[in-house]
Amino acid sequence: MNTSYSIRGLHKTFDRAGVVALEDVSLDVPRGSIISLIGPSGCGKSTLLSIMAGLLAQSSGTVELFGTPVDGPPHEVGIMFQRATLLPWRSVVENILLPIEIQGGRKAARAARARAAALLEMVGLSGFEDRYPDELSGGMAQRAAICRMLITEPRVLLLDEPFGALDEMTREKMDLEIQRIAAAQEATVVVVTHSIPEAVLLSDTVYAMSARPGRISERIDIDLPRPRGLDVMAEPAFARYTARVRDALDRGHDAAA
Amino acid sequence: MNRRSDAAAPARARTTRFAAASAWMDRLPQPVAVSLVVVVVLGLWQALVSFGGVSEIILPSPLSVGEQIVEVVRQLVMGDFLLGQLWITVQEIVLGFLIASLAGFLIGLWIGQTEFGRKAVMPLFVVVEASPKIAFTPVFIAWFGFGISSKFLMAAFMSIFPVIINTAAGMNAAGAEEIRLFRSMRASSWEIFWKLKFPRALPFIFAGLKIAIVSAVTGAVAAEFIGGGVGFGEQVRVAASRIALDRVFALILVLSMLGLALFGLVSLAQRRFAFWDLKKDR
Repeated sequence: MNTSYSIRGLHKTFDRAGVVALEDVSLDVPRGSIISLIGPSGCGKSTLLSIMAGLLAQSSGTVELFGTPVDGPPHEVGIMFQRATLLPWRSVVENILLPIEIQGGRKAARAARARAAALLEMVGLSGFEDRYPDELSGGMAQRAAICRMLITEPRVLLLDEPFGALDEMTREKMDLEIQRIAAAQEATVVVVTHSIPEAVLLSDTVYAMSARPGRISERIDIDLPRPRGLDVMAEPAFARYTARVRDALDRGHDAAA
Repeated sequence: MNRRSDAAAPARARTTRFAAASAWMDRLPQPVAVSLVVVVVLGLWQALVSFGGVSEIILPSPLSVGEQIVEVVRQLVMGDFLLGQLWITVQEIVLGFLIASLAGFLIGLWIGQTEFGRKAVMPLFVVVEASPKIAFTPVFIAWFGFGISSKFLMAAFMSIFPVIINTAAGMNAAGAEEIRLFRSMRASSWEIFWKLKFPRALPFIFAGLKIAIVSAVTGAVAAEFIGGGVGFGEQVRVAASRIALDRVFALILVLSMLGLALFGLVSLAQRRFAFWDLKKDR
């Protein structure tokens, strides 16, 4: 089976507000691919990601991951948010080991220390094991959050505007890092983003979403060779893709307005 | 003064002169500055007694208070009667504080974690908190007698509210994203509590405990005033009843030192267990 997520006819209504957050969303995420969900605020992209992460229940429709319905946080999934959300009372390595500690206890966490150190080395944070989060810069903290996401060796990575709080240059570097990690771990990646260049740089497929009700308005396949470097952003093809995504978002916006 | 000075210049010059005049005071090292203020206050006080015609019975001179301090400290060091009285008061305070900490934490959890607690329990505590709690002292004496229990319970009563309110506030200090993170790791509610909400609440709880320990001193001493019999508060009352105000001042000073020491212990615990929150202030 070559699909990770398979989503069919997904609806989500927030009862209290009566808002239709998602309407008839269907998509398949091929295993090992990187897809982006992009759209204006209120288009339901984060809601969709939360449902995929098993943190939120859909109103109707089906979400399957590797053929199994998602009815709670699946253990194949690693997740990352806009902010690093490192716990300030834990050292960097203790933060990274938190998922292991929660799922397997302290002993399992101790046993995974070497793996945590290897991950830290991979993201260029060797020697920061015993530092505390307040000693890290924003980019370093997000790197530590990447390690925490990867420590359980998830096959699927869900990134909710992961680098939105970082400056653009750091963000691009982190995007390349994610591309490299996804390739190395053969992971499937779903990214929620505001940034058109980020979506194009990272993705095999970009899903443009529109708001009120939240739905997928267009699907754009990004056919650029991998691994992609920052130089790809200077190519005419890259500019064409960003223009297409922008057009799709504009159309979606006009349709909603 | 250069040529470009405008209409605002005189005002600026005035503030500058004022700043210059006080600048040497601002530059004093803190111990020197504190000593300076203390010496000035004591000097004024002594002058009031020596030349101001205020009776020594109404306002004992700093010197006689100083003598009494020496005498009280001597008795405490010698392990005399006074030391035993102080020990009783310390026990009342510590016991009351521990009860307030534990009960206040549990009630704070209830209020912070449940809608019922927030809606139904919290308002009652606010009403009691808004009342002059010290007025309940006779009630505690009537309920729990003249022994030590009415005193440590009064200390607990006086100090429980800041613990409750701070714990309740602290239990909601964890961010939505942090809770989402824990849920995505399939953490149980116990793990979310123990590994996230409780540590997040600790700085709040310690803020409450620091207020509580000082209030516990007040509660115990107030109960000793009224409940009488034993304790350092009783010694203050006895001294006051024979209008030995110099003695009263000396005893109160010991009580404030005690309060300061206990406050320091709580601060130490805070530095140990909520170190990550204090680092922000550096």
